Amino acid sequence: MQKMVIQLLVDNTSGVLSRISGLFSRRGYNIESITAGVTADPRFTRITIVTSGDTDILDQIQKQVAKLEDVRDIKELKPQDSVYRELALIKVKVDSEKRQNIIAIADIFRAKIIDVSLDSLIIELTGNQDKIEAFLNLLGGFEILELARTGTAGLGRGTDNVTYLP
Amino acid sequence: MIGADAIVKCLEAEGVEMVYGYPGVAICPFYNSILNTDIHTVLIRTEQNAAHAASGYARISGKPGVCCVTSGPGATNLITGIATAFADSIPLICITGQVDTQLIGSDVFQEADITGAVESFVKYSYLIRDVNDIPRVFKEAFHIASTGRKGPVLIDIPADIQKETISKFRYPEEVSMRTYKPTVKGNMVQIKKVAKQLSAAKRPIICAGGGVILAGAQEKLRLFAEKFGIPVVSTMMGIGVMPSDHPLYNGMVGNNGRAYANRAMNESDFLMFIGARVADRAVSQNGFDAENKTLVHIDVDPAEIGKNVGATIPIVGDVGCILEDLLSLELTVDSRKWVDTLKDYRKAFAEYKAGKEKEKQSLDGQVDPSLFVKTLSSLLDEDAVYVADVGQNQIWSCGNYVMKKGRFLTSGGMGTMGYSIPAAMGAKMADPSRQVVAVCGDGSFQMSMMELATIQQEKVDVKIFVMNNQVLGMVREHQHFVYKDHFSMIDLSVGSPDLSKIAEAYGIHYKKITSEKTMKKDIEAFLKKKGCGILECSILPDEVVRGM
Repeated sequence: MQKMVIQLLVDNTSGVLSRISGLFSRRGYNIESITAGVTADPRFTRITIVTSGDTDILDQIQKQVAKLEDVRDIKELKPQDSVYRELALIKVKVDSEKRQNIIAIADIFRAKIIDVSLDSLIIELTGNQDKIEAFLNLLGGFEILELARTGTAGLGRGTDNVTYLP
Repeated sequence: MIGADAIVKCLEAEGVEMVYGYPGVAICPFYNSILNTDIHTVLIRTEQNAAHAASGYARISGKPGVCCVTSGPGATNLITGIATAFADSIPLICITGQVDTQLIGSDVFQEADITGAVESFVKYSYLIRDVNDIPRVFKEAFHIASTGRKGPVLIDIPADIQKETISKFRYPEEVSMRTYKPTVKGNMVQIKKVAKQLSAAKRPIICAGGGVILAGAQEKLRLFAEKFGIPVVSTMMGIGVMPSDHPLYNGMVGNNGRAYANRAMNESDFLMFIGARVADRAVSQNGFDAENKTLVHIDVDPAEIGKNVGATIPIVGDVGCILEDLLSLELTVDSRKWVDTLKDYRKAFAEYKAGKEKEKQSLDGQVDPSLFVKTLSSLLDEDAVYVADVGQNQIWSCGNYVMKKGRFLTSGGMGTMGYSIPAAMGAKMADPSRQVVAVCGDGSFQMSMMELATIQQEKVDVKIFVMNNQVLGMVREHQHFVYKDHFSMIDLSVGSPDLSKIAEAYGIHYKKITSEKTMKKDIEAFLKKKGCGILECSILPDEVVRGM
């Protein structure tokens, strides 16, 4: 079982996300995360899916997804040739006494404190999955009240792999 | 014990007596295990009708109806039946076989993604991937189907899961679902608001829908209306909330309803929708204005409130529960003048109708459809179950059926042709002591006539009435008015079978009404005969339901 990040460029039509996620559920493929957002050209949407399976399955996934009418382009984002980022918003319970400890950890990770109240604060952290996991582990001593993660978005490095569409 | 045995045990624990279905390899383990029980299995002739039969069974027994078919085409054939039940909030448990777990997604023989396909027609669906989940899934499925706003739940079970050994079978006594907790009790603050507005109302009216019947709250509704003198109109699904001759009952509303019922609803200053979803067919008639009245909307489904019309006072909860609270209110409503006005509207209509009937000449060999339904309903038992199909026959039935203490079943939301015969069979099997009749047209009859075989095999005493006009009358009528008689795709006169021969082929009795004069006698004699039969009457193809 290995992990794969795939990037799709799809027509920005209503229901396109449901068509893609429907394909995954009907064929029993895993989705670890899926993110979608409109591209610089509003006719298209960029979708990043993190999935897993053995080699045959990963191969099938790409072929099946490519068959969908809405899908313009599909490519695997290999770790060595790509950057991945995820955003996490973490609400931590903390009083004024311990607040500095958390801020210190956040600084090391270049995380931002974006909201402070008397007994809690919200941290914004961007990075790849490992970085977010590592940060959450370091917060072990604190109570995490709420956690919102966006899932991975990614792009290939350099200009070789860029798809231009008419 | 294997998975298939566990499924059967779950059905037994839920008190299931009847399973309608059709086998196939992917569901064979289940149909093998069910032989060891007292649960009666009914081999239907096409899967869609398994769902319709289960629907008829559910509506009369008050328990979820169960149907069970194989994977692939078996499952996809079931979809129309599921959608029909969903549109009318009928509780069904639909079990489908599925290909082996490891083959799912590889397009093997008879594989269909049925949970995906029915997503928009079910209250919930499951694909069981672990044999040990069977007891919990069935407990939840029955709970979801039969509580809150009722509806169909589908359970898809791969064949290998049915054959796998289950480590320990224990049927849960209770359901614990964090995300599913339908509201039962109505909010008292809202109920007090209703009391305040109701006492100021001059022209109050209740529009009762199928939700009242699903909640078994017909009696409470009648008591509530009587206590405060509030007239009642009903939607198509609400037919039967009150006897037709009740002084406060004012007919069916909607674009196919009675003009006086619509007028009553439109002229009211205080309108209570109870267990009605305020659908397009009910309120899309000229003159309905939600703005000039106090609008109370009582429904078990919060999503129905405000979907089609904004309510002044919304109340979410079980209709029966809320009616009980409303019944305990102490206040007086001065509606006598209003009740008399509505009586005058009805009287004027009756006179107009009588005049029209007199004008109409009785034709040789044909019968008047309204007169036919009226005559038939006058000859039925007080508590008979009348199952109307879809099309003109449905509207003639709605308009002329005289409700006593019986039930009126039809496919209201989806308008699925061919519903009446399988649903009537299910209804009769749910309560064999009641008289059950199916009334359909020649179009809808041909959509489900294969079930005559099932009816014969099960020896179900269902009387079938076919109003034969040799056309698809509802569409013809639409083309008559909208397309100026530019008729297309409506002619059934060529190729349709001789119903007397169909009856003979299936070994059931048959009679044709040849004139209005002998109609009463013919129906009477037909109803007295034992066993299933077809009574056919001829209707002129250009009869219309508009302005009926």
